[in-house]
Amino acid sequence: MNKVVLTAESMTKKFPGVIALNEVSFEIRAGEVHALMGENGAGKSTLMKVLSGIYNPDGGAIYYQGERVTFASPKEARDRGILLVHQELSLSPELTAAENIYLGAWPTNRFGVLQKRKMNEQAKAALDSLGCDFGPEVRVGSLSIAKQQMVEIARTLAFNATVVIFDEPTGTLTVTEKNQLFQVIRSLRERGVAIVYISHKMDEIFEITDRITVLRDGEVQGTVDTQDSSIGEITKKMIGRDLDQYFHRAQSTVGREVLKVSQLKKAGLFEDISFSVRAGEVVGIYGLIGAGRSEVAETLFGARQRSAGVVIFEGEEVAFSSPREAIEKGMALVPEDRKAQGLILGLGGRHNTTLPHLNRFSKLGIPNVKQELAVFNEYKEKLEIKTTGPEQLVGDLSGGNQQKFVLAKWLCADPKLIILDEPTRGIDVGSKSAIHQYIAELAERGLAVIVISSEMPEVIGVSHRILTMASGRLVGEFSGAEMTEQNLITAVSVLPKAS
Amino acid sequence: MHISQDKRRTVQRHGLIFAFAIFLVVVSFSSPEFVTPGNILNVIRQVSITGMIALGVTFVVITGRLDLSVGSMLTFLTVLVVDQHNQVGPGLAMLMTLAAGMLIGVVNGFFVGFLKLNALIVTLAMLSLLQGITLFYSGGSNVNVDNAQETWFGFFGRGELFNVPMPVWFFLGAAAIASFVLLRTTFGRWIYSVGGNESVSLFSGVQTRWVVLSAYLISGLATGLAAIIMGSRVMGAQNTIGQGYELTVLAGIILGGTSMLGGSGTIWRTVIGISMLGFVQNGLLLLGFPYYIQWLVTWVVIILAVWIDLAAKRGKVFA
Amino acid sequence: MNKGISVAGNDASQKQLGVSASDSNLHRTLHFLAENYIWIFLLLCITTFSFASPYFLTINNLGNVLTQGSFIGLLAVGMTLVMINGEIDLSVGAILALACALAIGLQESIGVWPAILVALLSGALLGFVNGALVALSGMHSFIVTLGGLIGIRGIVFIYTGEQALMVEDFSYTEYAEIYLGPVSITALIFFGFAALFQWLLSSTKHGREAYAIGDNIKSAHEAGIQVKRHKIINFVLCGLLAAMAGVLLSMRMGTAEPNAGKIWELWTIIAIVLGGTRLTGGFGSMWKTVGGVLTLAVLLNGLRLLNTPNYIELVVMGSVLILALVLDKLLASGNSN
Repeated sequence: MNKVVLTAESMTKKFPGVIALNEVSFEIRAGEVHALMGENGAGKSTLMKVLSGIYNPDGGAIYYQGERVTFASPKEARDRGILLVHQELSLSPELTAAENIYLGAWPTNRFGVLQKRKMNEQAKAALDSLGCDFGPEVRVGSLSIAKQQMVEIARTLAFNATVVIFDEPTGTLTVTEKNQLFQVIRSLRERGVAIVYISHKMDEIFEITDRITVLRDGEVQGTVDTQDSSIGEITKKMIGRDLDQYFHRAQSTVGREVLKVSQLKKAGLFEDISFSVRAGEVVGIYGLIGAGRSEVAETLFGARQRSAGVVIFEGEEVAFSSPREAIEKGMALVPEDRKAQGLILGLGGRHNTTLPHLNRFSKLGIPNVKQELAVFNEYKEKLEIKTTGPEQLVGDLSGGNQQKFVLAKWLCADPKLIILDEPTRGIDVGSKSAIHQYIAELAERGLAVIVISSEMPEVIGVSHRILTMASGRLVGEFSGAEMTEQNLITAVSVLPKAS
Repeated sequence: MHISQDKRRTVQRHGLIFAFAIFLVVVSFSSPEFVTPGNILNVIRQVSITGMIALGVTFVVITGRLDLSVGSMLTFLTVLVVDQHNQVGPGLAMLMTLAAGMLIGVVNGFFVGFLKLNALIVTLAMLSLLQGITLFYSGGSNVNVDNAQETWFGFFGRGELFNVPMPVWFFLGAAAIASFVLLRTTFGRWIYSVGGNESVSLFSGVQTRWVVLSAYLISGLATGLAAIIMGSRVMGAQNTIGQGYELTVLAGIILGGTSMLGGSGTIWRTVIGISMLGFVQNGLLLLGFPYYIQWLVTWVVIILAVWIDLAAKRGKVFA
Repeated sequence: MNKGISVAGNDASQKQLGVSASDSNLHRTLHFLAENYIWIFLLLCITTFSFASPYFLTINNLGNVLTQGSFIGLLAVGMTLVMINGEIDLSVGAILALACALAIGLQESIGVWPAILVALLSGALLGFVNGALVALSGMHSFIVTLGGLIGIRGIVFIYTGEQALMVEDFSYTEYAEIYLGPVSITALIFFGFAALFQWLLSSTKHGREAYAIGDNIKSAHEAGIQVKRHKIINFVLCGLLAAMAGVLLSMRMGTAEPNAGKIWELWTIIAIVLGGTRLTGGFGSMWKTVGGVLTLAVLLNGLRLLNTPNYIELVVMGSVLILALVLDKLLASGNSN
């Protein structure tokens, strides 16, 4: 057994309104690739941010090579050799690769002059060992995402990392690039580096990792050896119950065709998109980040202008030039927006709920506040939103309640088609379930529903049919028993691009 | 250093008023004329013009943007109304001025709202452009109103109603209308939402580009109104008459507590901010300080006001 | 103004920004031209004015252009540094006026060179005040320096009264008369500092950090860079350069007007934005700024030579600025497609 390098013991971390980590114990050994899995909001990123010095824990201890440590800043963690390769790369586009690699530790002489030659040489060595085809003096902003990621990984080599944490690294990589990355990870492992690998993708986890720890709602559900485990076991640990109990598929009668899309194209983003949605149907769109799903939704909604294609909505050919038009015709889009959840955080619940539909409540441009309050209260009860009143700033509410407001906002106008883009991202399990239930109710009420999601269990659980997208194209359609994780992954992994 | 929630809220809401009240007391003691109704009315009359402009700029600031062209706009529009008064008569001159103000606002609004250029730079450019246009129009000379004593044009700047100067009526009246629009109309909601989160607003069906353009149009209109009052009062205009107004307006809005980031703020905050600035300046003059001391005090007051507000919001004195 | 490069949450349209290693030569040349359009523009202006006026292309006049531009130029060098950080300094005009006044006003009591030293120090001190306020209070530099713009002008007036100060011994103005060929010492100092600061930006830790902070303040902070200290230093330098411009102005004019430098921060911003440095931070260079400053100087000089009325200058400046903005926007969006 390899030596334990980093241990988190009874780690607790709280944020206003939510306990992100609850007495989590987790250890990483040298020369292993340890997967950390869990749904969005399970606490994976939080745990890693604590271990890499970005957050301070509220309880518990960190042990590095047997010694108790506290990190006051990421720099201190980095000095010990713990490096986090962010999900959102933290590079500065204007600086060179070498400058980014050594950010915060640039070699200078007495007068503050950069010792460029020395830095470039060392950076080159790191880049070469990763098989990079570019040099240290390249401006990072001009590199592709995959190459930028290499720069960020080179940082770990440059600092002689003993622990490297990868947070969802393969989001926009092609198959070739992913394989390159895995080779790098393997060589790091051989060198005795301890690697933590956070990912949603089962296939990758089973390809490259040695052990898997599953988090759910901020608590550890177990640690297993990869080769002794299975997708089913992991999924069960992640979700806590069987898929059927957790998700709600609508029991609705499918009616008329509400939306028909033909050959929709937006230069550079997506093309050849054709599908249709019927009333009462829940169509899921699954794909990896970067597949172009949100862009399709935005184009349908009028927030982006298409390059080509025909859209027929409720029997009428339409070409929305702004969301306003789409809304008036009966379309609703709940956008994917990590921070604001589609709400204006600085305004109250009442304002947010009625914003898209003010003209329904207004005479001569003056909204009738009584009517607004009536609507607000109606949805507050229906969706069980916990808020102190119509004027409480939505920014003060929990993620789950915020998302309920988002739904209320769109539903109070009785749309014919509603598109939900990642509707439960970052939300606690209880609220997730409520939202899924509500989506089912929408379909049962006769709405046509499109759910865009990158969480497989979710999209399989709520959809009648699933479309898969990759690199801007539709690559598959599944319904009924065909909707399995295996099929979905296979469909989106066939990427036409070479590196 | 952490401050308790309650103390924070109190400071945030009332801190500035407290400080201002103390200032008023101090000045009243050393200069008894300060609290005479005559003087108070005088001050409010003086701030009416700046205040009128500030009402318009408040709309722009709530959408998260700036309008630095108002000073040169004021100069140009005042010159315009005075000159045209002699050419086509007061009525038509005033209409032209209002139209011109709105047009300039629309141009600003087009560049900032539709082309999405940086508001600071665009309005600075407009500042320069307008100075040039003013010079061109006036030929470098000052203009004066003919028949200054008899023309009914004088009512706006020099008239009185129930012993209150007309500029004050106009200012407060406009403030009431502006406040109503902001707080009670759909358009006002849109202003707040665009400032609060532009992309969410867009996705909620708000025509964000038009809202921004409208905000600038309002700013231009307000400046036009101010120009009419100014021209009426002074009965003439020099090429530099509006210089520096954009700074005072901004200072007043900042002092009132409206956030430069947008999404919040009210008309009454602006009214209070501008008035405070006016009283501070007046008080200093009465205390015998030369006019440029005001500038120094304005600097200190702005820094303190914004710092206190920020500190109260985040609970810490230092960042 | 946080711009991290994201892996997650971005779609297939997040392509490379700019040129990648495998682009053709033509592409690279075009890209280079696009990035440095100001020089093309400058060339255009010079050519136009050479044809329009026989006096333009004379050595004498060109020398004048350089000198005239140097004052705004020094302000712009300092402000560029601050801007790359993502900040702004609106008080540079007022700092210039104060330094100008001190340099002249103190001469009698403490002598010429000590007066100049005090003037320079005043700029550094005021810069420190600006920087400290921004760093410690968390207020945006726009508001802080807006206050400074107003307040420091007050200090100037307090010191000078409402009349201009005049130097006692006019030999003081001879310093400004030192020339190297057609190039005045003022211009030399400007170029010297521009070159120095360009070197700072490209080769020193402090300079490169400026980009890091302006680009992605979060990672700069996480990497251990002392952001607050850095910003304060930048404002001090900016104030110092503004004071230098003030001193040079005092040498040239022999008088110190209390209204000196009014609106100059506006011209400075125009020159910088014209040159291509972005207000949002993390992008820009001294060369770009020099290009912008020279273009501004050439434009104003050319227009004057043509005896165009005053108003034309202002109209042209305003229009050119808006043009530059539109161009910058087109290029920025063109690059990411």
